[in-house]
Amino acid sequence: MDFILQPWPWYIGGPLIAISLFLYFYFGKNFGVSTNLETLCTMAGAGKVSDYFKKDWKERDFALLFVVGLIIGGFISSIYLIPNKAIDLNTTTIKELTDLGFSNVGNQYFPDEIFSKEVYSSIKGFLILLVSGIFVGFGTRYAGGCTSGHAITGLSSLQLPSLLAVIGFFIGGIIATWFIIPLIF
Amino acid sequence: MKNIKFLLLGVFFAIVLSKTQAISWYRFYEMFKFQSFHMYGIIGGAVVISAIIMQLFKSGKIKDINGNKITPKPKKKGTVRTLVGGTFFGLGWGISGACAAPIFVILGFKLVPALILLAGALLGAFIYGLLSKKLPH
Repeated sequence: MDFILQPWPWYIGGPLIAISLFLYFYFGKNFGVSTNLETLCTMAGAGKVSDYFKKDWKERDFALLFVVGLIIGGFISSIYLIPNKAIDLNTTTIKELTDLGFSNVGNQYFPDEIFSKEVYSSIKGFLILLVSGIFVGFGTRYAGGCTSGHAITGLSSLQLPSLLAVIGFFIGGIIATWFIIPLIF
Repeated sequence: MKNIKFLLLGVFFAIVLSKTQAISWYRFYEMFKFQSFHMYGIIGGAVVISAIIMQLFKSGKIKDINGNKITPKPKKKGTVRTLVGGTFFGLGWGISGACAAPIFVILGFKLVPALILLAGALLGAFIYGLLSKKLPH
């Protein structure tokens, strides 16, 4: 039980993610998460506005159940499986973020500066989350996949579009962390 | 409910991401700043092992639950869509520290902020759907 409650090292994560991918394919479906964003738009009635969303969402019921599982798994992990949410960060990372004005760096999974409870009363926090969400949703559908579909499924099946997409992910991620975060904090 | 196995797999995947800290904002920040090996170890390990699994699928040594050959869907080709779309995705990921799967997992950790992220992601996917015919791919 002690092992379950400790943070799991990186060398456990890779194999367990590969097992998840294996089971998804073994169950007869293509592993990926971000297509669900489109499916949810379809369910919300986006087909009335654009033909792009005129699809039968019931054909993707398996993927929606996977998403429901992700949500349930998140609650189980947060409430029962991670008594200590501290992240063992590099001293450089801690210093850098502290200098930017972040507090309690690494003492929890998510910084209060972005994931605060008061986020709905702070316009800045609200906009950071909403706009970065829009970029994630728009970008993943434009690129045709996210970390699951491109970086893991696509790279492991040696697909060139996925390599290009992952290069794009890093271009964006590096611009965001090296330039945009210092600018907005 | 034959698809209940996908729900259970989702729970498993969420626990793996949560326990290995692969949903933490700090873990992605340090990854993009090249300050830690943690995420590279996780993603790299997942890709290498998955590549071996893919070869077993390709050779037909492992078939799916119904006995069919497993072939991953070919990804849509297009230099513009993958690079530009990927960059947009990376910008959102780098700022929020959340890619697609973690957004759903984070609902269990930070409900209100994750709901705003999810609303943004749905809006972003909707905007792509509206513009898809006009954008270069």
